[in-house]
Amino acid sequence: MSEHKRVVIVPCSGIGKPLGSVAREAAYELCEELRPESTDLVALSKLVLGEPAAQARVQRSRAITLDGCKLYCAAKLVKHSGGEIAHQVGVFDIYRKHKHLRPEGIAELNDAGQELARVVAGEIAALVDDIGRDGTASGGCHA
Amino acid sequence: MPSAPTPKVGIIACSGEELCEGTVTRLAALRVLHQLRRSQTVTICLPLFLAGGEEDRTFARDYPTITVDGCELRCAARGTEMHSGKPAASIVVSELVAESGLAKPEGRRRLNEAGQRAVDRVAERLAELVDQVLAEDPRCAREALR
Repeated sequence: MSEHKRVVIVPCSGIGKPLGSVAREAAYELCEELRPESTDLVALSKLVLGEPAAQARVQRSRAITLDGCKLYCAAKLVKHSGGEIAHQVGVFDIYRKHKHLRPEGIAELNDAGQELARVVAGEIAALVDDIGRDGTASGGCHA
Repeated sequence: MPSAPTPKVGIIACSGEELCEGTVTRLAALRVLHQLRRSQTVTICLPLFLAGGEEDRTFARDYPTITVDGCELRCAARGTEMHSGKPAASIVVSELVAESGLAKPEGRRRLNEAGQRAVDRVAERLAELVDQVLAEDPRCAREALR
């Protein structure tokens, strides 16, 4: 897939809460295992800095943001960088539907947190496929 | 008499998701925050300087900060200075790894053995810098005298 047709995935860099780690882990599961051919991971820290190459990547592709808390840092930074958000995903909303998967640990997620990350990645993979099918799919916020 | 508040140093990791060195920054910062210098350190997510409120942007003015970056882009150091205040000290993982004669880390999702050694080294250096900043930064000295 050409680079500009890849969906840009931007997870939050949450370092203080397990849900931030779930966002990061889900992004890796998606970009390395589930949809490596159709996704492109962008580091949020580069958008904080305003790094031109990272900004260009979010500007020329559809983006899916993945946030661990309601401050929505990833979504805000993509908008701030001039990117278009196809889907804004809140890990906490998905967790609400899977309360038995209570994530614990930040440096090392527990098994439930790892499973929650796989669930989140699976839901986002379906969104990536939708974007790939018609190139225009857009759905705002997602639980 | 209430005890004086403990002076704190702010640790800001780039957490760069694209590179394994970003994972090293995150794990080293967490080790210092949770184990090595638990009562002397605090953290903030780097993106909050832009996505958060005014109190988040004053972080580096309220605390002397040490930034930990994975690569020479130095997003955490430059981003902190740009949006909050100049860090008191900074570490770049790729440089420290080279200086220490360690192998290049691999595996951004699951660090290999070299990555774990890099976390050990970066956390050790970060803890040394915390002690140095606590001893030398006037904000910490003022806080300790209250």
